[in-house]
Amino acid sequence: MWLSHLVAVADTLKHPNASHGSEESSNWMLHHISDSRTIDLEPFGHITLPQFPTINVAGIEIDLSITKHVFFMWLVSIILIVVLSLVARSYKRSVVPHGIANLVEVFVVFIRDEIVLSVIGKEGLKYLHYFLTLFFFILLCNLFGLIPYGATATGNLAVTGGLAFLSFILIQLAGIKKHGLIGYYRGLVPHGVPAFVAPVMFIVEFLGLFAKAFALTVRLFANMTAGHIVILSLIGLIFVFKSVLVAPISIAFAIFINLLEILVAFIQAYIFTMLTALFVGLSIHQH
Amino acid sequence: MPELAHLAGGFGAALSVIGAAYGISKLAAATMEASGRQPEVAGEVRTSMIISAALIEGVTLFAEVICIILALK
Repeated sequence: MWLSHLVAVADTLKHPNASHGSEESSNWMLHHISDSRTIDLEPFGHITLPQFPTINVAGIEIDLSITKHVFFMWLVSIILIVVLSLVARSYKRSVVPHGIANLVEVFVVFIRDEIVLSVIGKEGLKYLHYFLTLFFFILLCNLFGLIPYGATATGNLAVTGGLAFLSFILIQLAGIKKHGLIGYYRGLVPHGVPAFVAPVMFIVEFLGLFAKAFALTVRLFANMTAGHIVILSLIGLIFVFKSVLVAPISIAFAIFINLLEILVAFIQAYIFTMLTALFVGLSIHQH
Repeated sequence: MPELAHLAGGFGAALSVIGAAYGISKLAAATMEASGRQPEVAGEVRTSMIISAALIEGVTLFAEVICIILALK
């Protein structure tokens, strides 16, 4: 059955400029990157995930069926809950960590010292649990996209949009808790600007809040998706040239890009957490 | 005309990569110069370099996403 899949891929690449545009030639790449309602375990068939009818809330159709990315997000959450609570409980027995607690402690201390304490200061420790959750969730979601049969949940605009939305809410709440509702929005405009330029500054800074959240979304989404597209394109080159001699070069490059993607997974998780901490620090220390 | 969209997608991707590569290479050059001049601050400089590189790359990837949408038309 997977042999027929391979033949189908080769067939769709035979006519790259078909009259319908490129839906045929890049179909298989889109299929691997975007969300789907089945989990494909290629030589062994596929699993169809349970689908629910859409719920109508005030005229908006909400579709809560389980898709591939939702399934992988749940998988990541379950692994995080189990592993991290076992690690936390192991600290009751001894202060010295054993086993996987060593690795977790490296990351936790790194986030606490280099990201939260150095950027926000002691007040940031109130929000340390959010930053730790964010970092581990994004890291594990990114890494799951690189294992066989895995899918990148953070390669979905809705997932990264949701994470950026949560960070946006945290930034507002941290600022409002520190300066009060009116004081926070008045403090958006820096001190010492002339009176006629202050309204413009206010509009610019206010839109800047949304622009920061939007940038967080697109940065994580594009980094994850671009890496996968490069890997898939390199492997697709074998079918474009229709010769097996291209395979060693193609596979070597694809392995290199895969290793680079592991680095990018760590860096992107770090950047998302660091930028959220930076914005929270900016909104707390407004003067 | 989907052919024009494909062409535009290719050009857009290449141009945005030129800008990003130029910016990040200037970053890396400054970092290496600073680390060579004062090895004690090499760690902090490297952290700031990674953050700035990720921000520049974020802007580049906006353009890349638009080019992908064009190339898939």
